[in-house]
Amino acid sequence: MAEPALSIEGLSYAYGRGTFALKDVSLAVGAGSFTALLGPNGAGKTTLFALITRLFETPGGTIRIGGIDLRREPARALGRMGVVFQQPTLDLDLTVRQNLLYFAALHGIPRRTAEARAQDSLERLGMAERIGETVRALNGGHRRRVELARALLHEPALLVLDEPTVGLDVPARRAIVEHVHALCRERGIAVLWATHLIDEIGEGDRVVVIHRGRVRAAGPVTEVNRATGADTLTESFTRLTAKEAA
Amino acid sequence: MTAPAHYARALGGIVGREVLRFVHQRERFLSALVRPLLWLFVFAAGFRAALGIAITPPYETYIPYEVYIVPGLAGMVQLFNGMQSSLSMVYDREMGSMRMLLVSPLPRWFLLTAKLLAGTAVSILQVYAFLAVAWVYGVQAPPLGYLTVLPALVVSGLMLGALGMLLSSAIRQLENFAGVMNFVIFPTFFLSTALYPLWKMQEAGELLHFLCTVNPFSQAVELIRFALYLDVNLPALGWTVLALALFLGGAVYGYNPAQGFLARKTGGE
Repeated sequence: MAEPALSIEGLSYAYGRGTFALKDVSLAVGAGSFTALLGPNGAGKTTLFALITRLFETPGGTIRIGGIDLRREPARALGRMGVVFQQPTLDLDLTVRQNLLYFAALHGIPRRTAEARAQDSLERLGMAERIGETVRALNGGHRRRVELARALLHEPALLVLDEPTVGLDVPARRAIVEHVHALCRERGIAVLWATHLIDEIGEGDRVVVIHRGRVRAAGPVTEVNRATGADTLTESFTRLTAKEAA
Repeated sequence: MTAPAHYARALGGIVGREVLRFVHQRERFLSALVRPLLWLFVFAAGFRAALGIAITPPYETYIPYEVYIVPGLAGMVQLFNGMQSSLSMVYDREMGSMRMLLVSPLPRWFLLTAKLLAGTAVSILQVYAFLAVAWVYGVQAPPLGYLTVLPALVVSGLMLGALGMLLSSAIRQLENFAGVMNFVIFPTFFLSTALYPLWKMQEAGELLHFLCTVNPFSQAVELIRFALYLDVNLPALGWTVLALALFLGGAVYGYNPAQGFLARKTGGE
């Protein structure tokens, strides 16, 4: 029963005809692992996220969440996954509590449990005292924390985040990055974190480098560096994405 | 299998959110109320002298124009609301909260239907507010009619909401919505029995008469009109339900992940 929290095999996707946004992508994210999906803009990260979150689907390849096929049993699969989208998805005019309870209702969590979990997950992010405020009153970093708290309400085994630090200042970015790393360590949550910012990736993390719709390297940061013969991930990344740049 | 309690909670959550949002958006409520009232106070009052309506079902007597126009304006409230909630879906999708809804662990047809019910609930609140003002103004239906009109409003609200949802799945960008207003809302409203009865249109020409007859909005308006006067217009009910089924089917198809409509619209990276 050691199914990875997320496993993707042979995934391809084309917008319209001919041009592949993703070509034969395979990757796996195990429990407790922080896996960074690293790629320049336009590499196919957002397409991959749209497929993982079933905004659209493709006949080419399979996506399994905790061993459950996303195409065959979408509801069960989606129920095990927490998502933080790149775009903000909170209702600005509603309070933090109302936003969280709405999400909990979508996941079928009973009201009382939802209230307790909302309180709990906000507390962990240092946001408990803001629960009654409207989202509009919060700054960007705090809104992101609320989205993170929300993504954890149904206690998912897998958390996927699509460039979650876009538009945040340095301290807010660091806070989110550290918090998500802590979730992996302390609660064994599997994380797939899409980014183009190398400094968000720690030494002990795993990385999947994606470029022009294909996986160019995958594994622990140190192994990827060894394979490319580079000293740092920045250097590896430059080498992996430079090959076809011309 | 997903438990029935899960469906119920999700439905409650979706409707509750829509109502909360509506309560917070006072301007939206105000404009939803002002629009039909302008038609009633200004347009209909001006027409009163020119256009009385001869006895035609469900009315039992000769009626002033204001009385005739009220059910049509109730329909207009729902038409605008249906388009507005679809506007909010296009907007939501761009904002991402539609995506939030669509990644919920429930079947997509259910999520879209729940969203539709939520929009309909809001439109019914608006219609009752309008009917209350019309009552004070002197356009009064039989008291029991305000109860019997409720199921009609549910059906017509769902149908018009489904039309908006279908359009939202087909519209590429927000800018195009102005076009929808011009090319959908206005023709739908004017080519219907909301402002003039069918026989008036027949006098004007066969084509107009035909267009008014086949317009689902006409059917919805007649459904509301008859229900408000304690009567059931079965053909109107049938056509409205049929239109609802078609529009909703189209919308579920449009939002189907395998369809790739969304893919083309979001356009990837």
